[in-house]
Amino acid sequence: MVIEHDKMRSLAARMTQPEVRGRSPWADARRRFLRNKAAMTGLVILLLVALFAIFGGQIAVWSNEELDFSVMGQVATMGQPSLENGHYFGTDDLGRDLFARTVQGTQISLLVGIVGAGIAVIVGTLYGAVAGYVGGRTDQIMMRTVDILMSIPYMFVLILLLVMFGRSMTMLFLGIGLISWLDMARIVRGQTLSLKNREFIEAARATGVSTWRIIIRHIVPNLLGVVAVYATLLVPLMILTESFISFLGLGVQEPLTSWGALISEGAGTMSYGTLWQLAFPLFFFVITLFGFFFVGDGLRDALDPKDR
Amino acid sequence: MTKPLLDVHDLRVSFSVRQAGAMPWSRPRNLQAVGGVSFTLQPGETLGVVGESGCGKSTLARALIGLVPATGRAEWQDGTDLIGLSARQMMAYRSQIQMIFQDPLASLDPRMTVGQIIAEPLVTHQPGLPKAQVRDRVKAMMDRVGLLPSQINRYPHEFSGGQCQRIGIARALIVEPRLIICDEPVSALDVSIQAQVINLLMRLQADLGLSLIFIAHDLSVVRHISDRVMVLYLGKVMEIAPARDLYADPQHPYTQALLSAVPVPDPAHDPAATVVPLKGDLPSPMNPPSGCVFRTRCPRGAPRCAAEVPVLAGGRHQTACHFPGPLTPQEIARARATEAA
Repeated sequence: MVIEHDKMRSLAARMTQPEVRGRSPWADARRRFLRNKAAMTGLVILLLVALFAIFGGQIAVWSNEELDFSVMGQVATMGQPSLENGHYFGTDDLGRDLFARTVQGTQISLLVGIVGAGIAVIVGTLYGAVAGYVGGRTDQIMMRTVDILMSIPYMFVLILLLVMFGRSMTMLFLGIGLISWLDMARIVRGQTLSLKNREFIEAARATGVSTWRIIIRHIVPNLLGVVAVYATLLVPLMILTESFISFLGLGVQEPLTSWGALISEGAGTMSYGTLWQLAFPLFFFVITLFGFFFVGDGLRDALDPKDR
Repeated sequence: MTKPLLDVHDLRVSFSVRQAGAMPWSRPRNLQAVGGVSFTLQPGETLGVVGESGCGKSTLARALIGLVPATGRAEWQDGTDLIGLSARQMMAYRSQIQMIFQDPLASLDPRMTVGQIIAEPLVTHQPGLPKAQVRDRVKAMMDRVGLLPSQINRYPHEFSGGQCQRIGIARALIVEPRLIICDEPVSALDVSIQAQVINLLMRLQADLGLSLIFIAHDLSVVRHISDRVMVLYLGKVMEIAPARDLYADPQHPYTQALLSAVPVPDPAHDPAATVVPLKGDLPSPMNPPSGCVFRTRCPRGAPRCAAEVPVLAGGRHQTACHFPGPLTPQEIARARATEAA
């Protein structure tokens, strides 16, 4: 009995030992990411751009709709960037404050990029994971649908949509959302196919975990690395698409604006010597794209160290 | 004799395989992975399953647990046929039958903590259990399989292969099953770790009265752990006998060839003198030989073997062969001569 007693006591002691914290694959990836200088630079740039979009409105002296009648008509000579009259980035062709306009354009462009990528992540991940995991005929039908949607020249459809239903933010989100998830679905399906025959999935099936729970608990968390990388690369793609549409004059409507629209206006007045109208929106546009690409690269290296 | 825990009769698994590049309307070909396997398993017994790669060992295991569709009968102790149960009906038996996998690390989800992994069968089968109780049971089970309960929050990649296999064992045992199917549980481990894991399995089996189906291609491991051993070849049972009898007195020519190929830890031993060579390779399971499936490689093949399928016969020591018995030195010499030629 004494021995049994000892055994029980030692068991109790082991059971009550403080639990050691594990180092999750996510924590490992975070550490690698934080050590990556290029990615951290990109992240800092993105944070600054985001802060600019959020708090820029408070710094602006002028609102984005006011016309400054003192510079109107002589923008090329009076509308340069200056700290004195509060037009930090100068004025646009109509005498509106370019700083306020750029803040607004940044907000809209980031919103378009993040919403577009968000739709792609949610819809594409679930769609691809279901198609890949269920397999068979379901997979065939789902992926052929994606193929068909992909074969449609989307820019053409997007332009038609905007022309037919009018230019509005909702229409723009809808159009971009419709196309953005297709690539994601394909990538996720491919990853799912390679995951689903792994033994831990088989172990879960053997104990009777339901299909839906396997997808949510086992497949999707193991996909997130790829999805995160692709999503960060998708955001600039969405911004580019929106900018292109706006550049064509079909994107967001006045008084709203976006980087694409601002760049378009700036490019139009380039020959009058008002170069700042092009330079400021373009600067934000370029550094943001660089930021996203650097962060995406860093994430890829951090999440999949074998792939380097 | 008590009623067997599992009575398998004429279990068959076949896959339809479409050749690469075939037209979509062409008929897929049939691949019979398991072709009519019958055996019984007593409560508390260990049945070893041996055979070379591709003989259907793993498919047999997956059929029993319902991961691949099969035909035939597999009767559980309460009289239910496990084959062809719907997913919902099968749920009740999934907690009775658990499985341990070959690759210790690959069988654990890398994004989940050990605690979550071990708890998964428990929360699947007893969804109402309070979290604190699940955690206590997981910790108790970790202690039982020789893991430190304080490491419950660690991730699989922080453990060694042997420890990962212990996690796999804990996951299988947490729902208190009656039968554990071990699919080559030690093949991926070092020899020293193999012994630890095998001894752990045997101790747990004695403590909990488990039945084991132990699949392996390492004959000495199987001999150590099994009460009875079943030899498979191309999806069919060649011989099934108590482990001691099978190793001491193999009747089927295939079993003899298999046993003769076990390495002997003696430098003076000359393998060429004892190994029974088998000619050729394993035939394709898409196109198995007629009659006895082993006849194409058997040193004792005769016309009757091609015409007639041998049935499993005998009492405790059953053999599926028309001409059972130890191979004579002449037969071995002849087999060696054809091998050389």
